[in-house]
Amino acid sequence: MSTTATSETSSVVPDPGGPAPGAQAGLGQVVTGALVSVASARRLGACVLFGLTLAVMTGPNGKAAEPFGAIRHAIVDARIVYFLIIALVLWLLISLWPLAHALVSIVTRAVRGPVTSVTEQKYAPIGLNVVLLIVAIFVPYFFSNASVTWMVDGIGIYALLALGLNVVIGYAGMLDLGYIAFFAIGAYATAYFASDKALPVHGPFILNPFFVFPIAFVLAAVAGIVLGAPTLRLRGDYLAIVTLGFGEIIQLIANNSHWTNGPRGAFGVPHLSIHLLGINYSWKLDPKPYYYLLLAIIVLVMIAFGRLERSRIGRAWAAIREDEIAAEATGVPTLRLKLLAFAIGASVSGFAGVLFASKQFFNPQIFSLQASFLVVTIVIFGGMGNRLGVVVGSVILQGLAFYLRDRVPATDRYIYFGAVVIGMMIFRPQGVIPSRRRKREINLAEHGVGHADSLGASTREAGR
Amino acid sequence: MGFVHQFWQLTIDGLMSGSLYAVIALGYTLVYGVLQLINFAHSEVFMLGAFGGLFAARGLVNDFSATPHGLASVGIVLVGLAVGSLCGAAAAFTLERVAYRPLRKRNAPRLAYLISAIGASLFAVNMAGKLWERQNVTMELPFTNGTVFHVFGAVVNTKTLVIILVAALMLVLLDTLVTRTRLGQSIRAVAQDADTAILMGVNVERVIVLTFIIGGLLAGAGGFLYAMTFSASNNMGFIPGVKAFTAAVLGGIGNVRGAMLGGIVLGLVESYGGYVFQASYKDVIAFLVLVLILMVKPTGLLGERLGRAA
Repeated sequence: MSTTATSETSSVVPDPGGPAPGAQAGLGQVVTGALVSVASARRLGACVLFGLTLAVMTGPNGKAAEPFGAIRHAIVDARIVYFLIIALVLWLLISLWPLAHALVSIVTRAVRGPVTSVTEQKYAPIGLNVVLLIVAIFVPYFFSNASVTWMVDGIGIYALLALGLNVVIGYAGMLDLGYIAFFAIGAYATAYFASDKALPVHGPFILNPFFVFPIAFVLAAVAGIVLGAPTLRLRGDYLAIVTLGFGEIIQLIANNSHWTNGPRGAFGVPHLSIHLLGINYSWKLDPKPYYYLLLAIIVLVMIAFGRLERSRIGRAWAAIREDEIAAEATGVPTLRLKLLAFAIGASVSGFAGVLFASKQFFNPQIFSLQASFLVVTIVIFGGMGNRLGVVVGSVILQGLAFYLRDRVPATDRYIYFGAVVIGMMIFRPQGVIPSRRRKREINLAEHGVGHADSLGASTREAGR
Repeated sequence: MGFVHQFWQLTIDGLMSGSLYAVIALGYTLVYGVLQLINFAHSEVFMLGAFGGLFAARGLVNDFSATPHGLASVGIVLVGLAVGSLCGAAAAFTLERVAYRPLRKRNAPRLAYLISAIGASLFAVNMAGKLWERQNVTMELPFTNGTVFHVFGAVVNTKTLVIILVAALMLVLLDTLVTRTRLGQSIRAVAQDADTAILMGVNVERVIVLTFIIGGLLAGAGGFLYAMTFSASNNMGFIPGVKAFTAAVLGGIGNVRGAMLGGIVLGLVESYGGYVFQASYKDVIAFLVLVLILMVKPTGLLGERLGRAA
């Protein structure tokens, strides 16, 4: 494939590193040269199409009785002017980008050296993390109760989920599309073990939700191993489909079985509480205590995963990602380590499920496929492989979701998420805050060195 | 006892859904053959084709005061198929342009393709939901649905017959295309070894685009057949999509005849299984079949022969 790819790109994009074309010819001439060409006309067409898509995306809802109604109302409308202006600006930006880039690079070349040596330090400055933590501690006092509730249910829980999925996608380079199923396992385990009335069935003894954490942790990990063991031997992209199916099956069972209370879900799971050494404290309806508990857990998980990433296991994952066959040949037990990553990811999800279940009621709709996709989106958007990145991804995307909640119908959010994911893959596959290593791997993979994921074919050759 | 009694009816039903799976599965298998990637968004191509065909045919059916018959019925079905497959092809083409081509130009890692396909799928499903409501859209059948004939006591009605016949015709056409024509030859060449195919003068970019379009044509026509008999909705693609993928893996992914066989086998297994167990767990059976094949014979029934027609 690589042979076809290079020839066309080089003809479209002028070399940004070269001297500015404006040096000899007049600037106006160069600008018209960049704007008037077949490629440029095609770019304009693409930009206009993009603008129209944007208009339809943000336009009115349609009806099945009138297939073209919504599209027509979105386009035949005064708003279209804005979108055409956006398209035009975008076109100008794209067309003049190489030019601007060349001009800017002349100026910045002298400065760039010292700056990059600062920004590309080996470890993230610890001061930044401390500042962020302090901000996170004081944030709840500046927002309303409803916002803080969302910070727990929406942002915090999903940040935890994204941290877990980051182990699977970011560290081991596999794709798990049924991730929310393990969350469901954790949540239903809580309802089963911690309450005698949340579900029609309950455990042999009623436990404090705190004691369900280890149970859910183990249950989810076991489910992950059972699911992963047969599929991880195969080509990696099968894993995506099998996990997708698993997620659907779990939701289907939760929806249809009477043990899980069917579509009504579980009510009345007790809140977390501590009765230990004379301390009696319980988490109640106020979201703030949950916020701090979740914050503490997230910080701990981040520290733990940071150490994991730099450990022997983490390095082995990186080796698998970059070249699975080479890793196998140098004695890395690839299958076992991939399974480990999968199980760790699953157990974090189960863990988050307990927290979620003890905070509020839940029903099978929460464990939908779209929720799994949302977690994947957060990881990709934030920057796969970067712990801080995925948490920031959750803050941005879920914060955006909260902001859009009253402005855009909830179901339309996924249109934007889909667009964001595609855009991210096209323009910035490494995410908002990329992991340096991942960024380098993606770059190398694009130049035909290594894989940057473990979707490679370990058994495929044998199958031929 | 009941099962033996119902055996032939279940077989007919299984053949009907199986031939639809086969038609969709071909799209997965063809794209897998040339690009070695699972086109996750193929189910949305199916969905968009279904909507296109349904809207076109529904408009025509509504022009008749009674159920159309004779040539009019044939005409409406043909129009629905044509519009459906054109919409499917347009969707597949756009998908390739927007979600895959920029990545291919950059030689991106394979994870990127999967993720971008998910993005495209999310976008298409929810966009369709926004444009055409999030509910089942149905149409009047363009023909009278009666019993045509009996096979061992099992009823074959018009609907079933139309689906099986059209699907069979498409399968035969595709098989001829892949095995006999020049385009088919270049598709097989790219599937076997893209780099060598370039050296032999095959325009790989063109072959890739055409492969997507062929897959889209088939999926769109299949989508119309599905929408005509059941209904269309924005999230209709997911379950048939996963099943068709299962069928492709079952037959041996990358193998064109394998996908056809896999589709039929899966349809039959599901039909029997749904009767023996419980209808609401029918969807689980396909997933279980998938996991079982992957465990026992990951190369599928006919073997994973990229670039071979059989």
